[in-house]
Amino acid sequence: MSRVKPREPMPQQPPAERIKNFYEVALGYTEEQAVSEAKRCLACKKKPCISGCPVMIEIPEFLALTAEGKFLEAAASLKRNNSLPAICGRVCPQEEQCEVVCVLEKTGQPVAIGRIERFVADYEAAHSNGSIVPYDGPNDPTLAQYHVAIVGSGPAGLTVAGDLAKMGYSVSIFEALHNTGGVLRYGIPEFRLPRDILDREVDYVRSLGVKIFTNVVIGKTVTIEEMLCGGYEAVFVGTGAGAPQMMRIPGENLNGVLSGNEWLTRINLMRANRFPDYHTPLKSPTKVAVIGAGNTAMDCTRTALRVGAEEVTIVYRRSRTEMPARAEEIENAEHEGVKFKLLTNPVRFIGDENGWLVGMECIKMELGEPDDSGRRRPVPIPGSEFIIDVDTAIIAIGQTPNPLIRSTTSGLETTRWGGIVIDEKTGMTSIPGLFAGGDAVTGAATVITAMGAGRIAAQGIDRYIREKHGLPLPEPEETLDG
Amino acid sequence: MKTDVHDCALAAAERSVRELIEAGASNRILRKEYLCDTVVLFELDNPLVARSARAGEFVVVRPALQGERIPLTISDADPKRGTITIIFQIVGRTTMELARLEQGECVPDVCGPLGKPTEIENFGTALCVGGGVGIAFLRPITKALKLAGNDVLTILGARERKLLILENEMRAISDELFLTTDDGSYARKGLVTDVVKELLESDTKIDIVFAIGPMPMMKAVADVTRPFGIKTMVSLDPIMIDGTGMCGGCRVTVGGKTQFTCVDGPDFDAHEVDWGEIKSRKSYYLEEERVAKEMLAKEANR
Repeated sequence: MSRVKPREPMPQQPPAERIKNFYEVALGYTEEQAVSEAKRCLACKKKPCISGCPVMIEIPEFLALTAEGKFLEAAASLKRNNSLPAICGRVCPQEEQCEVVCVLEKTGQPVAIGRIERFVADYEAAHSNGSIVPYDGPNDPTLAQYHVAIVGSGPAGLTVAGDLAKMGYSVSIFEALHNTGGVLRYGIPEFRLPRDILDREVDYVRSLGVKIFTNVVIGKTVTIEEMLCGGYEAVFVGTGAGAPQMMRIPGENLNGVLSGNEWLTRINLMRANRFPDYHTPLKSPTKVAVIGAGNTAMDCTRTALRVGAEEVTIVYRRSRTEMPARAEEIENAEHEGVKFKLLTNPVRFIGDENGWLVGMECIKMELGEPDDSGRRRPVPIPGSEFIIDVDTAIIAIGQTPNPLIRSTTSGLETTRWGGIVIDEKTGMTSIPGLFAGGDAVTGAATVITAMGAGRIAAQGIDRYIREKHGLPLPEPEETLDG
Repeated sequence: MKTDVHDCALAAAERSVRELIEAGASNRILRKEYLCDTVVLFELDNPLVARSARAGEFVVVRPALQGERIPLTISDADPKRGTITIIFQIVGRTTMELARLEQGECVPDVCGPLGKPTEIENFGTALCVGGGVGIAFLRPITKALKLAGNDVLTILGARERKLLILENEMRAISDELFLTTDDGSYARKGLVTDVVKELLESDTKIDIVFAIGPMPMMKAVADVTRPFGIKTMVSLDPIMIDGTGMCGGCRVTVGGKTQFTCVDGPDFDAHEVDWGEIKSRKSYYLEEERVAKEMLAKEANR
């Protein structure tokens, strides 16, 4: 057997340079690199990559088209199953999805599917004269009389909206914030997902006929019940997991202690890093501790460096192997100079006489027996307390679903921790006609799992409306294999 | 036989929630009024918020495309006209920007209603205490208390006569109205707390107190009512970004527990509030606020 050709590496901005700007870190493949990488696909019969993809992109097809240099056709193939390819090519954990099941993964060098996806989506954007290539797939105009409302314009909502609009439904998205994208805009920093890319993908969903209304808080402005009786056949809730978890330790409300959500929202949504040109203020940090080790925590650390922090440290109660962030993100943070204080947990925040944060008392931890999550439980080591100097502490230990919908929708079944309960095959909740998916159901997860849930819900909504109005049902196979 | 008018009414009645919500809100300023030099009233076209707003709720407003999001209490809502009234004091860059908008122009972003509505019932006798621009926020609560059958005693205070707002409007919904000015330029010289104290020490039976105004005033009212054991509610206005429970920037400690003002409030039991913490948290961006104001002043002089 001949030696496998290695993956094309991803060109990146060098760390010393990139921590001074908010431009994208990964620079993307050239045409030659994309073709060369796509040619590595063995075009195996089983196509395990497709089932590894939550939205079931026809991966071998778009890779083959890319290998032939038919980039626009590759983009069209991608967009049949995924309305947001430029986003997915950037933020999906491919190493846990399509790439982990690639036949070449055994060699340690699976096809770089995500990087090619990104290239193809960007190529299309760069070669369509600023206009959006219209969707030309199947569409049933008789479905336009049925209206569907989507709550939240994040990855789940945009996916459901895109899928239903492609089928032919009239779709409206309601977003509580003043701008679209949900976590894609307030959560993910622009050095991972540039804003023009996000705007473009949202515009693509709009080009399918989807209407987007900002500044509408469903549950408050209008209730779910009113929508279901007031002209919508179905409503999809994709409100995400936006409620930050706090530590509940002394000093948490000192000036300088922020939730990861607040830190990221100020910078990503409100652009406080450009204060005073943008009006939302940001306190320039010097010594920053970020508590937690998920993707949000990594985003907080790297953003802190870019707004001028001198020292940024991750404080995490478990060890390196338990860190939930993507390996790539941890590596990026490390290369940029983020320090890691592992097996360490804050016990209190220390303030000065004016209530401003000056330090954080931590305790050393060791790993004990496995807990509910299967990971070894961190146990404090008595007497190991120590103090670190910080002026800013960012708490990024997780988010839970926003309580607004569940507290204003009677009869909606939710879990103990606030997730909306759904039928996993259809996405329908305990209320007929009301569907849900994404982080609002699962708790904080990834963009692509939310999109996968969105695809299932779109099919569930289609079936529900067809059954309700006695329309012919789609073939079940069609829903699985595209 | 159907008439045009009938058709119209029918169409209006049949206008579905979908049509209403998708028609959206222009947020056009239908009326702009200066209640005093530094307090501005906007009546905005927003049928969506107007139909669902209840006393005590607020909207988040962004006055410019690069602007900040700030919470403003809904001072009045008219579902028939499809309008809401917001009243704000010009204190910093964002409120200055907002005040620059003229009648006929639109506020770029208005989101709401947000927060928990005030819990209104027939308590018996309710004492409503308002200071400065807080009077604007007290008005819908006072109105709702009156409608719920309470006897309403109202105390309004301002630093000086020209800063006292909504006197007539508040008089119309109160059984008795007391006025104070710090400098004695109008009505009684003194603080609202002087009147609160006198009322509590007299035979007047008071079942609940609502106090809205500058933070030191609300704290002072809480201190006066505490020994009398009378439940006292205040409406807090900490720094806030999204207003939907997402950022936690508006954290306050009430009864030893952290609460998010935007979703757990803005009304809280004044005797349980950690006032020192609120004061400190509100000071976090004072330096940036100063920089922003200077910048705005420079722009104005150019």
